[in-house]
Amino acid sequence: MTNDELIAKLKTIVQPYIQDEEAFKNLNEDTDFINDLKINSANLVDVILDVEDEFDIRIENDDMEKMISVKAAMEIVNEKLAAK
Amino acid sequence: MSRVVITGLGVVAPNGVGLEAFSKAIKNGESGITFHQQLADLNFSCCIGGIPQISEEQKLEYLTPLQLRGFNSSGILYGCMAGIDAWKDAGLEVDADSKLDFDSGTVFGTGTSGVEKFREAIYKLDDKQVKRLGSTVVVQTMASGISAFLGGILGLGNQVTTNSSACTTGTEAILMGYDRIKSGQAKRMLVGSCSDDGPYIWGGFDAMRVMTYKHNESPEKGSRPMSATASGFVPGAGAGALVLESLESALDRNATIYAEVLGGNINSGGQRDGGTMTAPNAEAVQRCIKDAIINANISSNDIDTINGHLTATSKDGLEIENWTKALNRKGDDFPYINSLKSMVGHCLAAAGSIESVATVLQLKEQFVFPNINCEDVHPEILTLISKEKIVTQKLETDLNIAIKASFGFGDVNGCVIFKRYN
Repeated sequence: MTNDELIAKLKTIVQPYIQDEEAFKNLNEDTDFINDLKINSANLVDVILDVEDEFDIRIENDDMEKMISVKAAMEIVNEKLAAK
Repeated sequence: MSRVVITGLGVVAPNGVGLEAFSKAIKNGESGITFHQQLADLNFSCCIGGIPQISEEQKLEYLTPLQLRGFNSSGILYGCMAGIDAWKDAGLEVDADSKLDFDSGTVFGTGTSGVEKFREAIYKLDDKQVKRLGSTVVVQTMASGISAFLGGILGLGNQVTTNSSACTTGTEAILMGYDRIKSGQAKRMLVGSCSDDGPYIWGGFDAMRVMTYKHNESPEKGSRPMSATASGFVPGAGAGALVLESLESALDRNATIYAEVLGGNINSGGQRDGGTMTAPNAEAVQRCIKDAIINANISSNDIDTINGHLTATSKDGLEIENWTKALNRKGDDFPYINSLKSMVGHCLAAAGSIESVATVLQLKEQFVFPNINCEDVHPEILTLISKEKIVTQKLETDLNIAIKASFGFGDVNGCVIFKRYN
């Protein structure tokens, strides 16, 4: 999967939770889930569950804590996919 | 001390969703009770119940797609719909970016919250999937879920809480909000209550054999308060909501005033002297009504109509006897009396608020809604009050004061008195 494909998938996943349309339109590797997309911090766990379902992976607590931006999410997903 | 008036109403009932539909239904004596295959499949003795009919499109008029993600709490849905409707009906703003309002709060009760959501969570937990519950279990299953949802949607900055006192809950919420305004601690309180529907909330009652099992083939005939052939209550669900406001604030805003809350009383029979966990202490019931009359500063002769608790169990006769004793009125001198449960069933924690909305509509529009399914009034009741007082067709008449009472498990009682505003 290319980076662009991965970003496109993540974009679809976060869409229901975002509260800043402008930042969502311009979503890229440097986008932060909370500061840019204004996702409610309680919803971060829901984003992670949706990522787990989409890629059929399991994300443990320590990875979960790191997953606060598009870049971090990409790294973790790639790492988990490689380990499959 | 400020007078307290009602400036907004909202309702989600089995026989009508929204004030207009509900008002039409209660005037026409329309039943909202239907057969539910799910109850039959689960071997319920009583397979009928009252469930409000709500489309997916309607839900989106009240909750955002994000709020509806993983949403599985019918009571919170009904409560949000009734609460938001009441707020708008009062001419108040519903806007996610509105300014925080420290003068407005809510007391919105329930018996238990999000029982379907809780069931869903338990299956996952037992499957060792706690990590996969998501973020929505707590807010949908905490008792105060409904007041938390409404507080955020409306931007309420005064007290935001949920009360719980079984079938007295809705009536108690009204009096708690009333007290808060009366004592000057709030200008405006959204009060009401809601209840989930379905087998997981109704099952315990079915097990107690207090719901009727004789009307699975005739659902609309099932809920028979005051009838000789009453055979247990029919479960219902929904929500009722009222915006209470100081008279001063209502006049300042030039708001429509439905009625005035004159006062009321809350007490308990302490499960003593005939009272038990599930049966009322008659003395406490009578005292609750009498103390409500004293609190409202009226005489029992001023009461034009009663909206009873009257569930269609064997206790209806005792309730009528308690009213005759508490008011010291009987026979032809007794006020009109009706039970909304004949049309919507027993909406449990939501009963007091839905029934209060009906009572307030009667005062505003000057009618008494009909009792259905009591063409055969129980003979015991007819020795106490005359048959004409139990209207079976909509009656248009002058009404000045209406009294509403609710009684609940735990031997708790609530009674509130409303007056026409003019």
